[in-house]
Amino acid sequence: MYKFKNVYLKDWYTIVGPLESKSNLKNYNQTINDYYYGEKTFEKAEIKMQNNVLDNLLEKNSPELIIGSDLLNQLIISNMSLKNRNIPYLGLYSACASSVGALITLSSMIDSHKIKEGLFITSAHNLTAEKQYRFPVEYGSPKPIRSTFTTTASVGIVLTNKKTSYKIVNGTIGCVVDSYLKDTSNMGGVMAIGAAHTCLRHFKETNTSPNDYDLILSGDLGKAGENIFKELMKRENFILKNYKDAGTLIYQNKDYSGGSGPAVLPLVFLSNIINNKKYKRILLLATGSLHSPTLVNQKNTIPTITHALTIEVIK
Amino acid sequence: MNKEEYLSIVKKYTPKENKIKNYFYAFLVGGLIGFSGELIKKIIICLFNISAKDASSWTSLLVILITCICTGLGFFDNLVSKYKSGLFIPTTGFAHSIMSSSLDYKKDGLITGLGSNIFKLAGSVILYGLISAFIMGIIKVIINV
Repeated sequence: MYKFKNVYLKDWYTIVGPLESKSNLKNYNQTINDYYYGEKTFEKAEIKMQNNVLDNLLEKNSPELIIGSDLLNQLIISNMSLKNRNIPYLGLYSACASSVGALITLSSMIDSHKIKEGLFITSAHNLTAEKQYRFPVEYGSPKPIRSTFTTTASVGIVLTNKKTSYKIVNGTIGCVVDSYLKDTSNMGGVMAIGAAHTCLRHFKETNTSPNDYDLILSGDLGKAGENIFKELMKRENFILKNYKDAGTLIYQNKDYSGGSGPAVLPLVFLSNIINNKKYKRILLLATGSLHSPTLVNQKNTIPTITHALTIEVIK
Repeated sequence: MNKEEYLSIVKKYTPKENKIKNYFYAFLVGGLIGFSGELIKKIIICLFNISAKDASSWTSLLVILITCICTGLGFFDNLVSKYKSGLFIPTTGFAHSIMSSSLDYKKDGLITGLGSNIFKLAGSVILYGLISAFIMGIIKVIINV
């Protein structure tokens, strides 16, 4: 666990896809109406989404370091959108857990006075992710109800050392845990064990319990993973009453288990949770499934990681 | 937590598929496609006065054409998500898999994209289809000897 004294959330910008704009999300800055977003390929559309977020945030902020993350091989989306921007950049991959991983890294840099302001950018595009991890886009392979749906969105967050209403209190970087599963459709089942591992460590190291938080928000466990996570925590004598899952919250559609991707947690947190006066102290658990189609085809079980971050809303 | 314990928790909370419903849809939709294929064949025989063998080939070609157009226009995948694997009976599924792969990779270049990825899904059908045809052929020769 790492404690931070002087790190605050300064600004953010969110772009959501066509399905997400009709979902349960309340506030977002911009929406795209089609998956091509005026570009020739889905990859270029995702780059354009990140570019739009960056353009909007860099107008008002001047970060000294940008950490980028996305789901595609070699982090191509972030690499491309940061091209020629002349700002130091670091690519970070923890799959869907990248958001909190990057925020902890930026917070440490700010807290140790190496930088004054840092920016985190992430994105996911349902169709680029499907193409890389599963089947061709138009194939439309039938999906089981336990599967999750990659959320199309791009989110940028600016952290600063100047005081604002949103304070980053502490964070725990997770360990890679074996899920014992080989089923790439059951992402909730894969990630729940990692979520429990980091959550228990975070409680122990910060000497807190679930009741110390107004909300515990996990990333993209979905309905199935949510119940597995609760059961795992219950076995360690932690009853989670104030717990929600961002992936379950996001969609109204009941055909799949929920939303997934690195953008889900920051998106739901920034659009629905942060301005809700009910929540003063929030624990974010970004869950990530570190699977690669190659290793799964070679009959390996899927590793998983979860990073945790506590944020306080001061008002 | 040990492996068996975790797997049993995962099994307990993972939602179960409604297999009976999926089987029923697959049976109905697959059967309907087979039925319409047969209907097209009969119509071709009546209209153009050709042999049943030729009519079968024309029917296959027609089904492939219709599937490819549906995939290209972008609604075959929606039908697949709705009616599940009934739509994947050989001719339609094969055409759809080739068409969807080629649509996905056409922008990556004619050789590096489309050429090398067009049989991404259909490749295994072709390979194992050929192997089983070869084995069956040998068995047939042995039996006939």
